[in-house]
Amino acid sequence: MTGTMREESLKSDIIVYFVILVIAGLQILLAYRGGTIGQHVMEMLALAIVQAGLGIMFFMHLFQEKRSLMFALIPATVFVLLMMNVFWSDSFRIINMKPWPN
Amino acid sequence: MSQAEIVTVGHGEHYETPPFAIPSKKLVMWLFIISDAVTFGAMLYGYGYLRNASSNWPSPFKFSPSIINVMIMTFVLITSSLTMLIGVRKAQAGDKSGSIKWTFITVFLGIVFAGLHLNEWRGMIAEGVTLAKNPWGSPQFGAVFFSITGLHLTHVIGGVIALTVVALGYKRGRYKAEDMEIWGLYWHFVDLVWMFVVPLVYLLNVEK
Repeated sequence: MTGTMREESLKSDIIVYFVILVIAGLQILLAYRGGTIGQHVMEMLALAIVQAGLGIMFFMHLFQEKRSLMFALIPATVFVLLMMNVFWSDSFRIINMKPWPN
Repeated sequence: MSQAEIVTVGHGEHYETPPFAIPSKKLVMWLFIISDAVTFGAMLYGYGYLRNASSNWPSPFKFSPSIINVMIMTFVLITSSLTMLIGVRKAQAGDKSGSIKWTFITVFLGIVFAGLHLNEWRGMIAEGVTLAKNPWGSPQFGAVFFSITGLHLTHVIGGVIALTVVALGYKRGRYKAEDMEIWGLYWHFVDLVWMFVVPLVYLLNVEK
């Protein structure tokens, strides 16, 4: 890698670093904004996913690897995480203290 | 080709090319990262479940000192990711001493993070938070808080130890630049997990 390419890489790393910090600051501001807990969860998760995406792309360089690696890792992980959503309905049942679901 | 011939000639060219065109060590680290991501995901989902099922989940994190402390910890950890990245780039460029310097800066920032975190725990315990009770609300809060943040802290401390070992090994010539990159991946993962822990565990429970 030439010196110029290295400088540009470092510059983009620093830009991404500051963007991640700004997003973290934004999350703190949003925490003190009014709104329902559901809205807050969605906002916080969305921003966290953006931060994670930037970290995976620029810090971990996953997108610079072979595309097949990304397709091997990301969809399976996302699928498992999404499948865990199946538990939410049971938490609503418990808060109403019913021994059986509706 | 007989087993004896493989032993004498060497293995490399007789095995198939590595999958995804990356060294096996790197692939193993990626596989570990995604399994650990799912573990943290399960912990956070469990927390969400308990929070949703609780009618009196506490919001104990005051802006000062709790959220200010979390802001400092987040800044330290994200900065450590940047210093690790610089260290890996130096290693890839062949600048061994520069790489080791930046890796030890990363280690130092990791230790600072761990110290701040343990200090926060000390404050919570002094306020009466344990695994089974707390003075504010739902008794599961303490177990959730300490288990999630404790698991993350364990990863940070493990990463600090691993980076120290790899940096010293790289200095002695035992490890190569790719090993620095592989452990850099682990460190960035630890940072990414914190980006989910902060909003979900701390920021959703701020005292307004």
